[in-house]
Amino acid sequence: MTMLAEARNLSIDFGPLRAVSDVSIAIAAGETVGLVGESGSGKTTLGKALIGLYPPATGEVALAGRSLDRAARRDRLWRGRTAQLMFQDPLSSLSPRLTLRSLLAEPGRIHGLETKAYWARVKHLLAAMAIPESLLGKYPHQVSGGQVRRVAIARALALEPRFVVADEPTAGLDVSVQGDLLNLLAELQSRLGLTYLVVSHNLNVVRKITGRVAVMYLGEIVEEGPTRALFARPAHPYTAALLSANPQVDPGRRREKIVLEGEIPSPLKPPSGCRFHTRCPKAEARCRAEHPEATDLGEGRRVRCHFPLA
Amino acid sequence: MIASAREVLAKVWAGGTGRIGLVLVFVILFVAAFAPWLVTHEPNKLDVLHRFADPSFEHLMGTDQIGRDFFSRIVVGTRLAVGVALAVILASLTMGTLLGIAAAYAGRQAERVILILFDIITSFPSLVLALAMVAMLGPSLVNVVIVVTITFIPHFGRVARAQTLALKSAPFLEAERVLGASPVRLVLVHVVPNIMGPLVVLASMDVPVVITIEAGLSFLGVGVRPPLASWGTLLYDGYQHLSQSVWPVIFAGLTLSAATLGFTLFGEALRDAVDPKLRSRAA
Repeated sequence: MTMLAEARNLSIDFGPLRAVSDVSIAIAAGETVGLVGESGSGKTTLGKALIGLYPPATGEVALAGRSLDRAARRDRLWRGRTAQLMFQDPLSSLSPRLTLRSLLAEPGRIHGLETKAYWARVKHLLAAMAIPESLLGKYPHQVSGGQVRRVAIARALALEPRFVVADEPTAGLDVSVQGDLLNLLAELQSRLGLTYLVVSHNLNVVRKITGRVAVMYLGEIVEEGPTRALFARPAHPYTAALLSANPQVDPGRRREKIVLEGEIPSPLKPPSGCRFHTRCPKAEARCRAEHPEATDLGEGRRVRCHFPLA
Repeated sequence: MIASAREVLAKVWAGGTGRIGLVLVFVILFVAAFAPWLVTHEPNKLDVLHRFADPSFEHLMGTDQIGRDFFSRIVVGTRLAVGVALAVILASLTMGTLLGIAAAYAGRQAERVILILFDIITSFPSLVLALAMVAMLGPSLVNVVIVVTITFIPHFGRVARAQTLALKSAPFLEAERVLGASPVRLVLVHVVPNIMGPLVVLASMDVPVVITIEAGLSFLGVGVRPPLASWGTLLYDGYQHLSQSVWPVIFAGLTLSAATLGFTLFGEALRDAVDPKLRSRAA
């Protein structure tokens, strides 16, 4: 299987802060992968690094078979055509001084292909998302949050990228709109052959649309595996705690709540040994001393834990 | 906060002092634009038989020491003052904005060089610096424009830099980069329109300052050369012959006062209309 996006032993530093630490992940073409974790766990940073927005401190990233070295990261037109980002806050990702029409024209103008075919494609996207053309003369702050999000999505897809990082695609939308949006993303995927990395802390969304999921804690991927298996039998105590905190509608599926003690430690000073030992209900002496390596559990599952649950 | 030009002008008009400013500015710009059609006499034509004439229907503001029609000279002086002010403001606004954005985006070394340049220029009072530089370059209209432009660049440059620094981490700029926008496009299409508001307000408030500097330089004899009529030279000539006639000084002084008052009131009203938060910062 060819990998569309791949990180090997990737670390990203912001000054003294190591936001992403020794992460390896591979995303195959056509796949939808979820990235979950608490705020500040580095999931957005990893998503952006995978499309070449940050220089790696260690390790490397490859996108569509090309290593994202300095030259590739600077090849902005290639990068823009290959990978796109759906921003967590779409309103702030659109220039407040431009009308929706100009904003939608931007990708075409930047790439010098604002043609009839380009606009046909954009209008097709808008129609699929039920955005009337009469809205295009308005400014971003003049339309609803859901409409802004859909315009931002149309902008990200206007160049028909192969890889899309969707950062909290459903944040701030009410549940009915969330469902429409997820269906749309799935439909676009099957029609355009898109590959998604969905960054979210909404576990229900991740369970619904992803085939594989990676769990991040303090800049590390602590567990990774097929969504169904991982949700059914979490192997890392952190994953188990995260899943138990997720509200369940069906009482039969409710599980005992694992309450984590304390706050997420500062990523400036990650704990010794296993980064989770300060809050882990199953921590032992070894966890404090020894940093666990990622171990293979079979079925494509990997976990970074000395005492995996599954 | 985004408002169209029409909304902003409506707000300026709604305020009492803003309305006075707007009317004065409109009159001055109108006179400057249509000066050749408004003059009643050839402004440089001598008429030694009618020196120091009092105001009359023939000479609305009287005549000067060599019999030139003072109203016509005020009118062409208005065109000169407005022309110099617009040229200076536009040039220093453009260069200051570009330098300010460059400083915000450049590395630490380049930023420091630009800021030191700004500090050097602003450490002198602008009239004194302009005087020194014109004395060096020689008095002429072009030199006045160049020199005053230089003294005003840091003014816009500092604001442009501060605005750009505040805007730099805006997600929409990152979104444009993700789309593949070039740095030039980023600056011209996305940074400049978003930092322009305070700069335009600053520019409108600097117009009266430029007008007084130009008049001051001309008054001191290092500005525009005769026979070109500048409000400064008109004031100086009137002052020289004050014993023969008080009218030139009165009319030149009134015109200069009205112009600076008008542009100042307009600028302040514009500032309040665009962003009331600027009030404390600019004051």
